[in-house]
Amino acid sequence: MAGIIAYGAYVPYFRLQRAAIAEALGVPAAPGERAVAAYDEDATSMGVEAARIALRGLDPSVELSSACFATSAPPYLDKTNCTAIHAALDLADSAAAYDMVGSVRSGAGALRAGLESGPPTLVVLSDVRSGRAGGADESGSGDAAAAFVCGEGTEVAPVLAELICWASATDEFLDRWREPGTDHSEGWEERFAEHAYAPLGEQAFTDALKEAGVGLDAVDRLMVTGPQPRAVRQFLKRSGAKPEAIVDDLSATVGCSGTAHAGLLLASVLDVAEPDELVAVVVLADGADVALFRVTEAVLGRRATPTVADQIDSGCNDLSYASFLTWRGALVREPVRRPDPVRPSAPPALRTEDWKFAFIGSRCTECGARNLPPARVCVNCRAIDAMEEEPLADVDATVRTFTLDRLAPSLNPPVVAAVLDFDGGGRYQCELTDVDAGSVAIGDRVEMTFRRVSTVEGVHNYFWKARPKRQD
Amino acid sequence: MASHGIRDRVAIVGMGCTPFGEHWDKGVDDLVLESSTDAVKSAGITVDDVDAFWLGTMGSGISGLTLSRPLHLDYRPVSRLENMCATGSEAFRNACYAVASGAYDVVMAVGVEKLKDTNFSGLAMTPPPSDGTQVEMTAPAMFSLLAPAYAEKYGVDEGQMKDVLTHIAWKNHHNGALNPRAQFRREVSKDAIACSPLIAGPLGIFDCSGVSDGSAAAVIVRSEDAERLTDNPLYVKALSFVAGPASGPIDPAYDYTTFEEVVRSATDAYQQAGVQNPRQELALAEVHDCFTPTELVLMEDLGFSERGTAWQEVLDGTFDLDGELPVNPDGGLKSFGHPIGASGLRMLFECWLQLRHEAPAERQIDTDKTLGLTHNLGGAPGECVSFVSIVGTRVT
Repeated sequence: MAGIIAYGAYVPYFRLQRAAIAEALGVPAAPGERAVAAYDEDATSMGVEAARIALRGLDPSVELSSACFATSAPPYLDKTNCTAIHAALDLADSAAAYDMVGSVRSGAGALRAGLESGPPTLVVLSDVRSGRAGGADESGSGDAAAAFVCGEGTEVAPVLAELICWASATDEFLDRWREPGTDHSEGWEERFAEHAYAPLGEQAFTDALKEAGVGLDAVDRLMVTGPQPRAVRQFLKRSGAKPEAIVDDLSATVGCSGTAHAGLLLASVLDVAEPDELVAVVVLADGADVALFRVTEAVLGRRATPTVADQIDSGCNDLSYASFLTWRGALVREPVRRPDPVRPSAPPALRTEDWKFAFIGSRCTECGARNLPPARVCVNCRAIDAMEEEPLADVDATVRTFTLDRLAPSLNPPVVAAVLDFDGGGRYQCELTDVDAGSVAIGDRVEMTFRRVSTVEGVHNYFWKARPKRQD
Repeated sequence: MASHGIRDRVAIVGMGCTPFGEHWDKGVDDLVLESSTDAVKSAGITVDDVDAFWLGTMGSGISGLTLSRPLHLDYRPVSRLENMCATGSEAFRNACYAVASGAYDVVMAVGVEKLKDTNFSGLAMTPPPSDGTQVEMTAPAMFSLLAPAYAEKYGVDEGQMKDVLTHIAWKNHHNGALNPRAQFRREVSKDAIACSPLIAGPLGIFDCSGVSDGSAAAVIVRSEDAERLTDNPLYVKALSFVAGPASGPIDPAYDYTTFEEVVRSATDAYQQAGVQNPRQELALAEVHDCFTPTELVLMEDLGFSERGTAWQEVLDGTFDLDGELPVNPDGGLKSFGHPIGASGLRMLFECWLQLRHEAPAERQIDTDKTLGLTHNLGGAPGECVSFVSIVGTRVT
């Protein structure tokens, strides 16, 4: 029985009110808000955060054979992005890492490949979406990630949602496209998309229900997404699905997160669905993909923490449009008169990979002291080469002291630098993120988060920061 | 750990110090030429009489050629040293040891830095290639951690703490206003200091030392040779240098209210010099006031004040020019800026002037005490290098 063994989703902290865009540009306001990847996030880092939630509490007997990463906003070309996710999660060397990047549909493809691959597979869907200032893409899209562990399931890691069938329909037509290197998409008029998608969606959906041997009424939850809102609306209208089955598409709170969105919606459903419910996922992107899942009893004990709804509720709702544009590189601001950050150097980054990507420190076997970063000589007792690995990414910490650095270069000044004392020992000085600089206090509880610290000469510097603890 | 020191075995017989400031019209070559020629002139010798040189600079040149080229030295040994913000002191320390060892008769320590050619606010270092995991914190941010930690530990409220830091900046600007070599030669009102734009944490722009260019130099000989060159040499009583284990930022026991490196180097220096009570015995102290909370903490680490009392003594004026122990009577880093390689030697230059009663009358300390202290610090709270020297006018 193949299906989903574990899942997690990530909605970034910041929200841009669509009214803020309208106010700045003097155009009519759309309702709601969109999720925004922070200045120190990208598809890879958000994918790591979603995958950390998915893997949290997963039985260690599950040996992942591979990880697959899908996004329309890959931080790198040529170089595999999924290797950074693989490293951040400290996956076994024997697990492969692959990208399926470029198009929105690659998200559906990655999930399908994971579900059909047999041995346990991690599927990470993540996207950073936008468009030209004032356009529907800019306000209607959002940034988010979702991750799934797919496999046959075992007694200790049972399937939470069984895949019943997957049906597809594919055609070549020009409804939406983007030239590599540009940051916005072009599209044909929406009525054409509506025309092109209608038969494809209908065909795939009919095929799926037929294969499952069920009627439309059997579908308890129906989620439909795709980069063409009009085509999505039309599909829902024509499907005849009962209104109570139609899942909130999060357009008012997150926006359409492209490659990640079907995964985000599926995660939001798994957060609340009851055992035996039949769940349908429809993706309308360069064709149609329809997946039917049957939720199992196991979901009751394996829901993700935090849930999608928790994350939507805990965001910062007043990001300014100017900050959004600045973070996206669309508004070039006067920098402080300080040297630019330097790019990380490849050999040291490889030597310290476990620390840099997975935040694994060391623990002295002589005195038990934690050492961050991992050291050969113990900071406490000076024992040499008496260390074992000490993973710290999931250990919470308390702010011992902090400062606001107004001189350091940042896309979101001031830099909040804090001295952290980790639960169970160990101290480290690092940057706080997803935080209101004015409200930081000594004693604040924080948790670690994987971030893109800087990008210099095309090299992304990934490392860990701390953020206020979302929940205990 | 043995530390025997070289008390009274060597002496400074000549010094030079350029004005510190924005030398748009002078390069590194001009600055080292000025300080070194002033130093030999003050010793009554020529550059040809100097057997060996120690040049301190953090980023204004590499190798001994940085000094030998502009002076066209004739095949002399020139060491080029770097030890962060204590670079100038480190050049002096090593030069002293060379004379004490008997390897050379006459040596010179030169410190120089040209910061105003960088176009940066504050100091900037070029780090070696790394894995990119180091947190990018500026110097004011790192030192700003001292203020809230100190206030919390000793129950000093926010307003009092601001007054303390403001007093330190006010005092050093007051002293600098009396010094023609200082970068900033104007008094600054306490209001202006307290209301200056924030740079990091509670630190405003006036809590930070400036950015300047400068150079200073000293000629050192064995003490028995010193009297032949000058009537009033400055004997080197103590030289102590400590590099800490850099454990503060990763050790939960560190509380950001002290520099253990300073405590260790001061203790060692007092032992070398035979100083029992620095507060009573010193005529002056030139300390590393890179940021105002640094100077506050140093008053305790150097043993001038009991723990938890320096803030009150600062407010009481204990360390003012006319106080019990004048600290930074030349204006300190606050008035001079911090051309890194030069600062340690600039501090010694003030001791040279004050202890020989050659300072301008308006800031000459009226005292019969014969000892002066310089303190130079590099790094950040919890991970730094510290230097303490004691110099005096009498062999004891």
